[in-house]
Amino acid sequence: MTLKTRKSLFTSAIASLMFAAYVQAAEPKNGGDIIVTYQNDVATLDPAIGYDWQNWSMIKSLFDGLMDYDPGTTELRLDLAESYKLSEDGKTYTFKLRPGVKFHNGREMKAADVKYSLERTSNPNTKSPGAGFFSPIVGYDAVSQGETTELEGVKVVDDYTVSIELTAPNATFLHVMGLNFASIVPKEEVEKYGEDFGKNPVGTGAYELTDWTLGQKLVFEKNPEYFRSGVPYIDTITFEVGQEPLVALQRLERDEVDIAGDGIPPAKYLQFKNDPRFQDLMVTGDQLHTGYLTLNVTMPPLDNLKVRKAINMAINKDRIVRIINGRATPANQPLPPAMPGYDSDYEGYKFDPEGAKALLAEAGFADGFETELFVMNTDPQPRIAQAMQQDLANIGITANIKSLAQANVIAAGGVQDQAPMVWSGGMAWIADFPDPSNFWGPILGCDGAVPGGWNWAWYCNEELDAKGAKADAMAAADQQEARSELWGEVFTQAMADAPWVPIFNEQRVTVHSKRMGGEDALYVDPVHVPVNYDYIWVK
Amino acid sequence: MTIYILRRLAYAILILLGVSFITYLLLYLIPADPARQLAGRSATPETIANIRAQLGLDLPFYQQYFQYLMNLLQGDLGRSYIQRTEVSALIGSRLSASSQLLVWGIGFELLIGISLGVLAALKRNTALDRGLMAFSFVGVSSPHFIASMLFLYLFAVHLEWFPLGGYGTTHHILLPAITLGILGSGWYSRMVRSSMIEALQQDFIRTAHSKGLTRVRVIFRHVLPNAIIPVIPMVGIDIGIFIGGLVVVESVFGWPGLGQLAWQAIQRVDIPVIVGVTMVSAVVIVLANLIADLLVPLVDPRINLEKS
Repeated sequence: MTLKTRKSLFTSAIASLMFAAYVQAAEPKNGGDIIVTYQNDVATLDPAIGYDWQNWSMIKSLFDGLMDYDPGTTELRLDLAESYKLSEDGKTYTFKLRPGVKFHNGREMKAADVKYSLERTSNPNTKSPGAGFFSPIVGYDAVSQGETTELEGVKVVDDYTVSIELTAPNATFLHVMGLNFASIVPKEEVEKYGEDFGKNPVGTGAYELTDWTLGQKLVFEKNPEYFRSGVPYIDTITFEVGQEPLVALQRLERDEVDIAGDGIPPAKYLQFKNDPRFQDLMVTGDQLHTGYLTLNVTMPPLDNLKVRKAINMAINKDRIVRIINGRATPANQPLPPAMPGYDSDYEGYKFDPEGAKALLAEAGFADGFETELFVMNTDPQPRIAQAMQQDLANIGITANIKSLAQANVIAAGGVQDQAPMVWSGGMAWIADFPDPSNFWGPILGCDGAVPGGWNWAWYCNEELDAKGAKADAMAAADQQEARSELWGEVFTQAMADAPWVPIFNEQRVTVHSKRMGGEDALYVDPVHVPVNYDYIWVK
Repeated sequence: MTIYILRRLAYAILILLGVSFITYLLLYLIPADPARQLAGRSATPETIANIRAQLGLDLPFYQQYFQYLMNLLQGDLGRSYIQRTEVSALIGSRLSASSQLLVWGIGFELLIGISLGVLAALKRNTALDRGLMAFSFVGVSSPHFIASMLFLYLFAVHLEWFPLGGYGTTHHILLPAITLGILGSGWYSRMVRSSMIEALQQDFIRTAHSKGLTRVRVIFRHVLPNAIIPVIPMVGIDIGIFIGGLVVVESVFGWPGLGQLAWQAIQRVDIPVIVGVTMVSAVVIVLANLIADLLVPLVDPRINLEKS
């Protein structure tokens, strides 16, 4: 054997070993305990109530619904349902449940639990922020008005079969069944704990809560009876709360923390991004988000289409993206690129300050005008508003910034004649589920243009609403492509009326320790937000 | 003395009523709608109206406030809008942590403040005196958030003398307590310095010196006990400022106390929790002032509270 051959064999052996080590490292491993930190205490773990990005995936790990999504994707998959059938008229879903699935208290989950859970969320006494999602179910109105507690459309066929009748065919219904609000809960535990069920959650999920020390920590332990074999991988997840995000990142660098749940504060993003110690620990992913500036179409002079178009042309979106250190892509339409219906050929309104000035003059505002821009008061939102203010000043519009707490901006947007312009940053809009309809009804549809609603542009186009309704009625599997196209048309036609200035689609960043394993997509899961705890593992 | 205590307790009730009224009114006037917050973004106006009625938020202000007072008398502070749990349970779970930090923090304030005050008085009009007073000025004027982050970076990240925030051991409490101690010590050092200078000029001090007592004995037996009397009521007043500092320091150091709870509640406009923490803080401040005032005549028999 020549030296060259020996050298080559040696190299091959090393390469094989390295590959084996890589394969081994890439294979999920069971066991291990991890620490996740958050600044705020967890609000609640009641699936009917929890509705923030912090508790969303925690609840998903404790509970299951009839439907869920493939890990790290927006693809629907069956969860507690083993199969489902849609009736010919497209109005009734019949779900077959998996037999033998047990709640954390040991009792088997059955069809009656599904009915109970959906009715509990719909019941106004539960004060669920997700109740409205169940409005397509027959009998929802009677429940929401307090006339009855039973959803007429939900029927227990037998222990493992439940049928749900809708008032009309609805293509989004399976997504609704994948929401946390549709998680299945055991009646006896809800009744035992009453309003404190959110602190004593019992579900069928991959993990069970074993300790919650208020203001300090929550401990999730692996559910040995979980119905999906092989997962979860991690034995214990301890969520330490009350941790300042920058301190959490320092602890993560010292290997005291595995996931810094709050990510990186916007002002520090660039510093961390350029720090070699953090480069391999940062995961960036797209989310179903669009940040936009609403133009109140009912308030003069924004009721003038030419003025709204001029504002659309005046805002320099690239500069705004730079303000948030490139953690987004400029947007030209309401839908984010990952959403079905997104029109990649649509060009939107190009940045053209001179054209905007001319359009403003055409509208009779050659000297500009004075208006107000409402914005949430935490970084980086005021800085973004200032950039918009400068852009508007360039075409003669004086926009006075009203920087307020989140709840106050939301309240102002919900009053018809109060907020001429609202920058949605920090408040809206991240889709509840990956379907274009969720980007229409509450924020651009007529239903949302009501006092207290989220349609802060107060834009109501009944023709487009009808088109959206037509698209939503296309529930059959073979209609989905046509449905997406129809929704795409709805959004581009709405942009012809310029009720918004779509600004950017923001990305999400998660930071994890060196020892954490699993695909990047799991750390920026678009549905199990922010992290899919069921599928990540410790190396 | 009993009459004095009863009179002060009657004032305390009036103060607490005032605090509850002002806090409740301010939060009532905030243009945020808790019912809307609870109902979520997919809620219909009917759902929001229903929740508003369930919470009694559709009632006029005076009725809401009266209802709150009635519940308060029964020890019911309401339920958190965000955490959907009893406010009293949330406060109860954090009282111990805050009490520990309060005791340690005030302890460090006194230790640092009195030591520096004594040193400055003894080295009056020297560079050391001016340096110490400048230090105390910087301390009381430093923003808690910036100072806390700076101390955390210096002593926990860089020097690694302390853990990076957290709760549970004496080691964890030292850095936040020292931070609070340094930031609040300036009030005490300035006060002790001036009362020490005043005491040093008294006749009985001259007598003590002429009796041949050592300088150390004169200072510790005669000057300091007299100079320290104004510090006792000062602690009562300081508790209020101290609790304000706790809100920031607890948030930075991850200390699970009332301050952190208040900070989170303010960020999320969780009105029942904000009112609850404010009321508990007001009770602590009122009681601390009462206790401090009662302690003064015990230390200095020349002071008669009834006459004052």
